[in-house]
Amino acid sequence: MNITAYVVLSGILFTIGCVGVLTRRNAIVVFMCVELMLNATNLALVAFAKQHGNLDGQIAAFFVMVVAAAEVVVGLAIIMTIFRTRRSASVDDASLLKY
Amino acid sequence: MYALHGGESIPVVDPTAADGVFSLLWLVIALPLAGAAILLVGGRYTDKWGHLLGTLLPIGSFVLSLIMFVTVLGRDESDRQVMQHLYTWIEAGHLNVGMDLLYDPLSALFLLLITGVGSLIHIYSIGYMAHDPRRRRFFGYLNLFVAAMLMLVLSENYLGLFLGWEGVGLASYLLIGFWQHKPSAAAAAKKAFVINRVGDMGLSLAIMMFFVLFGSTSFSVISAAAGNASETQMTILGLLLLLGACGKSAQFPLQAWLLDAMEGPTPVSALIHAATMVTAGVYLVVRSNFVFELAPDAQTVVVVVAVISLLWGAWIGCAKDDIKKALAGSTMSQIGYMMLGAGLGVAGYAFAIFHLLTHGFFKANLFLGAGSVMHGMNDDVDMRHYGALRKAMPVTFLTFAMGYLAIIGFPGFSGFWSKDKIIEVALTQSPVVGILALLGAGITGFYMTRMMLMTFFTEKRWEKGVHPHESPAVMTGPLVVLAALSVLGGVMLAGNWIVGFLEPVTGVAEHEDPPIPVLAVSALTVAVVAVGVALAWFLVGKREVPRTAPQDVSFVTRAGREEVYGNKINDTLVVNPSRRLTAALLVTDRRVVDGVLTGGPVAIGAIASVARRAQNGFVRSYALSLLGGVLIVVLALLAVNLA
Repeated sequence: MNITAYVVLSGILFTIGCVGVLTRRNAIVVFMCVELMLNATNLALVAFAKQHGNLDGQIAAFFVMVVAAAEVVVGLAIIMTIFRTRRSASVDDASLLKY
Repeated sequence: MYALHGGESIPVVDPTAADGVFSLLWLVIALPLAGAAILLVGGRYTDKWGHLLGTLLPIGSFVLSLIMFVTVLGRDESDRQVMQHLYTWIEAGHLNVGMDLLYDPLSALFLLLITGVGSLIHIYSIGYMAHDPRRRRFFGYLNLFVAAMLMLVLSENYLGLFLGWEGVGLASYLLIGFWQHKPSAAAAAKKAFVINRVGDMGLSLAIMMFFVLFGSTSFSVISAAAGNASETQMTILGLLLLLGACGKSAQFPLQAWLLDAMEGPTPVSALIHAATMVTAGVYLVVRSNFVFELAPDAQTVVVVVAVISLLWGAWIGCAKDDIKKALAGSTMSQIGYMMLGAGLGVAGYAFAIFHLLTHGFFKANLFLGAGSVMHGMNDDVDMRHYGALRKAMPVTFLTFAMGYLAIIGFPGFSGFWSKDKIIEVALTQSPVVGILALLGAGITGFYMTRMMLMTFFTEKRWEKGVHPHESPAVMTGPLVVLAALSVLGGVMLAGNWIVGFLEPVTGVAEHEDPPIPVLAVSALTVAVVAVGVALAWFLVGKREVPRTAPQDVSFVTRAGREEVYGNKINDTLVVNPSRRLTAALLVTDRRVVDGVLTGGPVAIGAIASVARRAQNGFVRSYALSLLGGVLIVVLALLAVNLA
């Protein structure tokens, strides 16, 4: 089976997520882009697992999903708190921790 | 007892245990030491009677010394070395030093000189320091000085000697700087102390070397084993000891402190020059005869140093107008004679000590006489302001005249016998040295006559408002006693008594005839001295003495006034180079060492203050760096895998 299409799709999704993280200011959107990158990775893992004919990649994808779920819980909580205190969800506004 | 070392018989220190009156040997040191402790610790509670106690205690020591001297005279010649073991002083590994006191003919004579002349100076000081508010402290220091000097001459080992040696250094520092409110006195005290340190370094190195070579610092052990060391080792030891002796005895090249030391009260000058301190160097050389006898090269150096010093000091004495400084130059010169005697070996040791004793009498006499003159002249020391004082101060004049006749070696007076003997031995061993010593005797005649004429004869040149008067009896009394001793000191030579008495310490000299008859030597000495005296008479006595020192003088006089450039030489060779070295070290420390130590952190701080700008607080820029990092890692991995 040819997995080229899956890897290409995975690459496109990862790039979209990456650019989103770097360019968007809204914390929620940045967060979604991070998720997009994680899932692009998952897609690549599953695709390679299929090619190799073993389950290693699929197990790794599960781990990524679990970590992503935990991260969403913590991340959204942080974003909520920041929004409540500053009335803004822009990541550039929360820049007090610096030199 | 004697030991044979390479054909030479060298006396060995082999004392018997102390008994009878000698078991009180420790008391000789303890009395003045107790005086110093009581007067210095007791403070102002002892102000009223401190000077009396401080005078009585050295007199007590003198009485003890006298009893011991008489006792030792009654003993058999082989039984005249007595040792008292007090306690174990230092015990560490192989080093075992006892607090042992040795009483033998050499220390017997020193004991009499130190306590005798010392006591007279104490009595004199009662009058001289009567109006000084710190008189009690002065007597405390004097007692400390005497105690330290007694420790020096009584110790049976070099370490104990060193204890006294340093004690003398400390006491001289305290006394020279006694009038510490005068910056010149404070500086003079410091100078004496520092120059003495140079000499002390030589002595302490010698002591360490004794311990390494012989495993002991005791005279008896070293003198018995002296032959086991090589001549080179002995020469090094001799030179180190000589360095120590030069520092204490103000011999060339460590003589510069002596003239500045005149800043102290006059009794201190008398004590330093007659009874203590400067005699210590001669004592050290004579005491270490078992070293010098085995090191002929070191002996030659001693002779050279002695001759240079005796001419150098005499030169200074000729040019100084300050009566005390002229006397100080004379001391340097006379100590040079003693050193010369000590450097001439077995034949000269006894005469060195003989001259030391007679010099102790007449120099104490002269210094105390000078003090008496200053006392009457409102503490003016410039001889150009004196003149015609013989009528105003008859007792001082007569006693000073006795000291004068003794020091120039007028026939019959003590100095005649002692100086004559040294010149005779010098002539026998080396005509050149003998002739230089003769020349020194002539110069002595010149400068002492000059001093005598300028002070007691010629016309009055007194400052306005000065009314010279005779000093009180408490001051003239010691002068009379010392004058009598200056006249009669020569009896010690009667029947060669002093030579025989010192034989157990210095060894038996083979008799050698001088190149010309003994009587001719004496006649020659007297003739040379007479020339010096006559010269002084024509140059000083026949002319008018200017009240201010003339400036258009020859190089010789200028050099003499500058102490033959001793200070300039020291400054050029030692002081200024050291100063420059210190300044350079300071700059190096500040610039280089501090630069390295503080420069590193400063540079790191500067880099950090730029680099921390990367922490700008924007999450997205962190993300970008992260991406960049990941890309670099991936590319690196690819590069490695593809290569």
